[in-house]
Amino acid sequence: MAILRPAGDYDRSYRQDKRYIRKPWQWVILFASIGVVATCPYWGTPYIITTANRIGYTIIAVQGLNILTGYTGQISLGQAAFMLVGGYVSTLVVTHLGLSMFLALPIAAVGAGIVGLIFGLPSLRVKGFYLAMATLAAQFIIPWLTKHTFPEFLGGTEGRIATPVPQIGSFLFNEPARFIYITLGVLIITTFIAANITRTRLGRAFVAIRDNDLAAELLGVNLFGYKLRAFFIAAMYAGLAGALKAHYQRAIGTEFGYSLTESIVLLGMLVVGGLGTNIGPFLGATFIIVMQDVSNVVGSNFAAIMPHEMTARLLTSFRPIFFGLILMFFLIFEPRGLAHRWQLFKAAWRLRPFSH
Amino acid sequence: MNWVLVPQAIITGILNGSVIGLIALGVVLIYKSSEIFNFSQGHLLMLGAFVTWWFAGASEDGNEIFNFPLGLAVLAAFLVALLIGFLIERIALRPMTGQPLLSIILMTLGLAQLIEGLVSIFFGIQPKSNFPAPIARTETFKIPFAFAFQGNIFIKKLLVIAFLVAVFGMILIVIFFKFSRVGLSMRATAEDHELARSIGINVPRIFGLSWAIAGIVATAGGVLLAMLTGASLSLSTVVLVAFPAILLGGLESLPGAIVGGIAVGLAQELVSTAKLIEIRNSSEIAPYVLLLIVLIIRPEGLFGQKRIERI
Repeated sequence: MAILRPAGDYDRSYRQDKRYIRKPWQWVILFASIGVVATCPYWGTPYIITTANRIGYTIIAVQGLNILTGYTGQISLGQAAFMLVGGYVSTLVVTHLGLSMFLALPIAAVGAGIVGLIFGLPSLRVKGFYLAMATLAAQFIIPWLTKHTFPEFLGGTEGRIATPVPQIGSFLFNEPARFIYITLGVLIITTFIAANITRTRLGRAFVAIRDNDLAAELLGVNLFGYKLRAFFIAAMYAGLAGALKAHYQRAIGTEFGYSLTESIVLLGMLVVGGLGTNIGPFLGATFIIVMQDVSNVVGSNFAAIMPHEMTARLLTSFRPIFFGLILMFFLIFEPRGLAHRWQLFKAAWRLRPFSH
Repeated sequence: MNWVLVPQAIITGILNGSVIGLIALGVVLIYKSSEIFNFSQGHLLMLGAFVTWWFAGASEDGNEIFNFPLGLAVLAAFLVALLIGFLIERIALRPMTGQPLLSIILMTLGLAQLIEGLVSIFFGIQPKSNFPAPIARTETFKIPFAFAFQGNIFIKKLLVIAFLVAVFGMILIVIFFKFSRVGLSMRATAEDHELARSIGINVPRIFGLSWAIAGIVATAGGVLLAMLTGASLSLSTVVLVAFPAILLGGLESLPGAIVGGIAVGLAQELVSTAKLIEIRNSSEIAPYVLLLIVLIIRPEGLFGQKRIERI
């Protein structure tokens, strides 16, 4: 999204032109925000620390979806299933091969990526809505496979196994306050990669496919190859996110939030944050997760004042209502998401107090 | 395969499949007129089942407002579905005209979440096993058939009723599209919005009507399913089985949806006659495996038009 820069703000070299971080205050914000998250075990309440972890690994999954859906324009309803694959691969590698969790993470990413490739194969023949259906199939077939195949490894119909606690030497990452450093480290790396992918040949090809696939093909972009690459990268990100989630929750199984609803929520986060922007996944995942917790609070408060027999239904019902309303509201009134709002806000702030 | 189980599976599969076909019809209806693929159809179906249950006064906690017999309750639920269909089109989908596919798909998904939340607030999250049915759920026909297991095929009477109602509904819809004025203008709208407009068809009204009709069809499907299994929030997942049926039959084909539904019903039942336990367990994903095969071999479906964009 090209943002018009004010007069007098221009680059003097290619080095400058390529920069992501252009102003000193942007460096300040970057390090301040990393610092805030890194020190939150010391000042944060347990709620803040656990939420920071949840937001962290969710952002990674949304970043992957952003590359596939936001940049390449392919709809995926199976991101949560690929997270499940990543979680299982990482758990199995750590449990049965005895590798460290930090070696298992890339393996999980590649494992999930390969599964993503398989379900990306229909993109050879179909696109748009039909492709969404193919990924929907992934969302059902993968959890089924984890339940009904290799019961000695995958936990059988119960479909859950324990995930070991990651450790370096004798230091155990056994509580959210410690795990946050793993989440933060991986998130920084994935953000760096995601931001750079979009400026390489690969990323340009993705955007070309999204904007007009026929034109892209005429320009020499191998549609099928690049779509598969997008699927691979998206599933890799999902795999990483799933592995982190599994190690954080210390268990992996179909019941820990890898359902179709979760995939839809990830897509919703992407849209609320802003499709095809680097900051979108951050804004969207944070916003939706915070709103989920707000909806839980609203639900429990309503439950307290309503008659007793209403309690059970009120506690669980507000989350889908909030999510549905937020998603519909954004789609109608701000389809470019919070990222666009942020740009508008910055532009307005620059011109303050004048409106033009 | 356990061959002795096959005759039973074929009969049950066709009967189940007809209900899936009816549900698929609702999705195809909306797609045909407005090219919106409605992911919230399953939730409309669940809503319809719960509304019917409510009108039938089956909550049985002493303060039910209505206490209609089943037929009247279904009619009342149809009326509600009609209004809700119009409302959804007006509030949620009208602003999305001209938006990209992803936005429209997400809109229906968001709608689905919203409906799920609202239903669970108004009707509670517990399954309602006391959904009124014209006859007891356990009553079965026994048809002697030499090659079947123990020489008999058992068919639930309710399933037969569901089958007859579904077939009747399908015939009604096909007649509606072939001969009625509104149905014909719907088909014209599906063909080309601008052309339809130029001959005086009120296109937004047609969209609203198709949502209303789809709501009614969903309610009918919901009532049929709820008669068999009771009303519960998980009814909405049934439509996920209808999606493969729709793609199998071709996205824009009404007969295709019916044939696809029966094929999916058959696939589910036949898979569960297999000797291997792994295959037998796979009846819940059989539709999706079928879907993947269809997508790779023949993406336009059995009866679909070949104008799907190939890559």
